[in-house]
Amino acid sequence: MTATTIAPRRRGALTKRVFGKKAVLPWLFLAPGLLLALVFKFLPMGKGIWLSFFDVRPFLGDQWVGLDNYTRVLTDHRFQDAVGHTLLLGIGQSLGAIVVGFFLALLLEGQARSLKIMRTAVFLPVVTATAVVGELWRLMYYPTSDGLVNSALGFLGLGPTPFLDNPDTALWATMVMGIWMVAPYNMVIILAGLAGVDRTLYEAAAMDGVSLWQRLRHVTLPAIRPAIGIVLTLAAIRGLRVFTEVYVLTGGGPAGSTEVWMTRAYTLGFTRNDIGGASAASVVLLAVTLLLTVTVNHFRKRGDVR
Amino acid sequence: MSAPALDPVRTPSSDEAVASSGRAGKRARTTPARFDTALGWNDRPGVSWALRILLCATALGIFAAPFLTIVSGALSTHPSGSSLSFLPHDSTLLNFRVAGERGIWDYFTNSLVIAGGGLLLQLVVCVLAAYALARHRFRGQAIVMTLFMLTMMLPEEVIAIPLSLVLGHVPVVGIDLKGTVWGVILPLGAWGFSVMLLTEFMKDIPGEIEEAARLDGVGELRMLWQVVLPLCRPALGVAGVLGFIMIWDQYLLPLIAAKDPTDYTVTVALSILRTDPEVGSGVVLAGAVIALLPSLVVYLLLQRSLVTGIAAGATKG
Repeated sequence: MTATTIAPRRRGALTKRVFGKKAVLPWLFLAPGLLLALVFKFLPMGKGIWLSFFDVRPFLGDQWVGLDNYTRVLTDHRFQDAVGHTLLLGIGQSLGAIVVGFFLALLLEGQARSLKIMRTAVFLPVVTATAVVGELWRLMYYPTSDGLVNSALGFLGLGPTPFLDNPDTALWATMVMGIWMVAPYNMVIILAGLAGVDRTLYEAAAMDGVSLWQRLRHVTLPAIRPAIGIVLTLAAIRGLRVFTEVYVLTGGGPAGSTEVWMTRAYTLGFTRNDIGGASAASVVLLAVTLLLTVTVNHFRKRGDVR
Repeated sequence: MSAPALDPVRTPSSDEAVASSGRAGKRARTTPARFDTALGWNDRPGVSWALRILLCATALGIFAAPFLTIVSGALSTHPSGSSLSFLPHDSTLLNFRVAGERGIWDYFTNSLVIAGGGLLLQLVVCVLAAYALARHRFRGQAIVMTLFMLTMMLPEEVIAIPLSLVLGHVPVVGIDLKGTVWGVILPLGAWGFSVMLLTEFMKDIPGEIEEAARLDGVGELRMLWQVVLPLCRPALGVAGVLGFIMIWDQYLLPLIAAKDPTDYTVTVALSILRTDPEVGSGVVLAGAVIALLPSLVVYLLLQRSLVTGIAAGATKG
């Protein structure tokens, strides 16, 4: 290790350190990745930030408008509604998927072969492409009484509900689909956490004659808290940028009742050709996502130290 | 882990402690499975056993059975797919034929080319970057690592609009990637997750192996290809499975990179089938089955890698 740091200094010449074979080599290996990231990730990001300050007019030339796009987007009541829907969907979906994932993990924990097969089957929604899941649920939510979910409700004596066509239920229906898609993913992470729980603690608790609830509350939950922290973070960030699910399932309708931040930005940019406004909306979302990621990482690092 | 072996005095004494507390005796009487799970599920027939079977059946019904409805709906002749069931009333391949006439196999081919090419490019690019990050020390290493991490935090949804402008006119070279598979493949090339995963894995390869190869006069590319890569097979499996599922799940990128609907991937094309007034939902479901199959096959063949990858992603990301 010391040899590599000392050697170039002994050779002395700055040119050798910068252009020598040893110094250039890593960059040759990094070049394809950095180039692709630069052109298709960072350049669009920069361009998006730049365009958010302009009134973009394809053939007339762009016009600097300062923060106008931001004020327009942030005061637009459809965007304000979309923020509410995004938050409700993100929080509801994250919490629901964690609770369901936790119960799935508790249910399917174990070494038996049959349990492994069960876990494989239950995990299917995660590997299925979001667009396919959307089409599946559109049909499951079929509004007449012979739709799959409605006929199941019929067994319980409940009348058919037009889930996706009713502004009052569409957002909740979307949330249920989201929970269905994400819960098995959480299950895998929580199962990994459960596998790390010291078995002797369970035995000791059983010796002391504590109830099942106390055992879960005082032994299991503390042990899997790190896993839950990770799951919550991932879910919160995913919740903010939700697009495909909503776009495929409802397209934001009916009457804008499932419009989320990204479907609104998409409509603004691609259907209404308001590139400046859509860019401003994206930048706001990007800022919130980065802020959330950094904050959560900060707290997670602090938690690790403790 | 090696502590008991290094300290022979401690091992018998701790065994003694367990034995004297009476816990070991009790453990021998009950089945070991009793304390294997958080809920203490019991393997012997009884109330808890019946409850577990019932709950498992419910979970299967909710999470797995809907996939049976896709298949049975696709095989059913029922003109309106409103009545989905778990088993087809009558089976026919008519829906697949109609979907074929609507060009589903062309969309499927688009998807395969994009998934194959995208995954190949992604693996090559990420392996090269990871090799430099793991096996070399150079100035700016931390910055490069951060840049690759940032690519994970930059969701394609957020950069969709400017990305579509960049795809229409790539700076410097000035070519239009829209309507070509490159428009979808190239943005998938640098994937921070794979870079991170492979870097961590390559760091654990002992330096002695590399030094021995260097003494034999092995160059950098042969070192990567013949020494490092064969040792990375597990990590490559994880990166491959997760990469494939990630690429197959892409929706927005193929949508904005397409010039007209014939460029769509099969997942995006499902919306075309759905909005076609002349086809019933049986045909949409036939399309869904076709769109579902590749990721299903990859998952069933390589599920162990997938679960490892999710655990790794959870602890690193």
